[in-house]
Amino acid sequence: MQQVFKRPVSLKDVQTHFCPGCHHGTIHRLVAEAMDEFGVQQRTIGVASVGCSVFLYGYFDIDVVEAPHGRAPAVATGVKRARPDSFVFTYQGDGDLAAIGTAEIIHAANRGEDITVIFVNNTTYGMTGGQMAPTTLVGQKTSTSPYGRNQAKDGAPIRMAELLTQLEGVAFAARVAVNNPRNLLDAKKQIKRAFRYQVEGKGFSFIEALSACPTNWGMNPIAANERVGGEMADYFKLGVYKDTAEF
Amino acid sequence: MSKRLFVKGNEAIAMAAIEAGCRYYFGYPITPQSDIPEYLSRELPKLNGEFIQAESEIASINMLLGASATGVRAMTSSSSPGISLKQEGISYMAGAELPGVIVNISRSGPGLGGIDASQADYFQSVKGGGHGGYHIVVLAPSSVQEMYDLTMLAFDLADLYRMPAMILGDSVVGQMKEPLIANKRPQTELPVKDWVVRGKGVGEQRVVKSLFLGDGELEAHNNRLHDKYMLLSAREARWEEFETADAELVVAAFGSTARIAKTAIMQARQEGLKVGLLRPITLYPFPQRAFADLTRRCKRILDIELNNGQMVEDVRLSVARDAEVHFYGRPPGAGSLPTPEELLEQIKKHY
Ligand SMILES: Cc1ncc(C[n+]2csc(CCOP(=O)(O)OP(=O)(O)O)c2C)c(N)n1
Ligand code: SF4
Ligand SMILES: [Mg+2]
Repeated sequence: MQQVFKRPVSLKDVQTHFCPGCHHGTIHRLVAEAMDEFGVQQRTIGVASVGCSVFLYGYFDIDVVEAPHGRAPAVATGVKRARPDSFVFTYQGDGDLAAIGTAEIIHAANRGEDITVIFVNNTTYGMTGGQMAPTTLVGQKTSTSPYGRNQAKDGAPIRMAELLTQLEGVAFAARVAVNNPRNLLDAKKQIKRAFRYQVEGKGFSFIEALSACPTNWGMNPIAANERVGGEMADYFKLGVYKDTAEF
Repeated sequence: MSKRLFVKGNEAIAMAAIEAGCRYYFGYPITPQSDIPEYLSRELPKLNGEFIQAESEIASINMLLGASATGVRAMTSSSSPGISLKQEGISYMAGAELPGVIVNISRSGPGLGGIDASQADYFQSVKGGGHGGYHIVVLAPSSVQEMYDLTMLAFDLADLYRMPAMILGDSVVGQMKEPLIANKRPQTELPVKDWVVRGKGVGEQRVVKSLFLGDGELEAHNNRLHDKYMLLSAREARWEEFETADAELVVAAFGSTARIAKTAIMQARQEGLKVGLLRPITLYPFPQRAFADLTRRCKRILDIELNNGQMVEDVRLSVARDAEVHFYGRPPGAGSLPTPEELLEQIKKHY
């Protein structure tokens, strides 16, 4: 019999703490599969951020450094410069990367650090109980925007993939989603492409993955999944924004 | 023996870092320490090292955290307002037991304050300037030679105890030029860094972190850190005593203030007053024993600082119960550096 589906070796055989219907687990799996396919697990140093993905080291069987909230791109810069042969990625939420860590992400990207950033956008602060994030959609109710996000007061949601695309240092940027099989397959393809940039020393690569947070959206997993492909993907358009290498 | 050079204190720090094997520097410009990044931006690339001018002090301390997690010797430097920004990262490094050297060529505050010499960052440096209750090694050079020697010591202590180490200077010791003997790196026996992230290979996964959520885990971690601080205090306190043997009054001062105090003490001696100096070199660990031993005999201490009284609290906690501790301080700012004559007057007042 031929085995057609198995756990990636880069992923540990443990149960995750993610809520039912959360996309973090799926995105973890795609990242692990990409690591396996490039055979980089043994030289990978992951940089964990502060958010629901803080237990990166609990799920990935790789060396991990934990960064302060928002600082993962700076920590990853230090790791990669000191150990240029290692494969370095950060895994950050939208509060982490697009609010408190905006300076760190913009400048790591602008320097063209040879790292990969996996940015998980779920339009909220998941870990702290669903407060408004810089990515919260206009009108979206959260625990700190009880009347809905008000663009006049809170600004419009930040589109990080588009923003970073402007920077010379960014070699690859794409926005993906894992809400249906077609998007999931494309997400896998783009994550692999992002990793290939680093494997071939081609510079900074960025993946923004739209992600469901049923718990804090007050939705069941199916409705949350639909929201990703609906109003979220309407505002945060999926696609490859920058792809500079020829391979 | 190496030949004598004539260099600035800040340059001595940069030279010592290189001699100590540091090849990674991350910083952000601020007066009066910019000679350090300027020197290292020129020299590190020649040595296959990395110099990054980061977007902020927050980024630079986190680059230090990342580099240090891989086991290399690395450094950042700044001055007071920038050191405030680094406190988050210093706390994380202390929690994750990461070595790394942080230089504070401090300036006056609070706020933007000014660029003059100051010792107002004593509390911030020795009491754990960030959150969570921790300590770092704090060394206070008072000459260009010490800027050099203590920088190398800072790297060794950081590696020996797996904790951040700070050089606390100011514009006086940072900007002045003095003769320097560029000593070789000490042959310290250092522990193997078997905890660094390196890409696990076929080995065990390694994690550098400060999050401990398991029942009792964080308490145990903190108790272990505390034991380490106790060990550090027992073993590594350093100080200088000058003319204390027969002293009736001993001045306590560190860093640049101790230099001015020394001149005042020599003047006092010429006038027949038996005055000495006890100069803490390690501010953390504080040389408590030195003060306890000294004040069994000499009952009068005059603590002098460029602030309104910070180290004096540690002096009071360390001296014999029947010792008198007087204080004279000049809060920092333009024109507030005391003259030897001014300090001599204070010595006479309390003698
Ligand atoms: C300096 C600091 N401020 C605030 C927090 C609290 N905090 C923890 S996680 C988090 C936000 C997490 O949201 P996000 O990055 O979007 O990740 P998610 O949980 O949604 O995946 C915040 C604000 C912190 N840990 N540190
Ligand atoms: S709170 Fe949201 S982001 Fe966090 S695990 Fe639950 S569903 Fe996922
Ligand atoms: Mg989020």
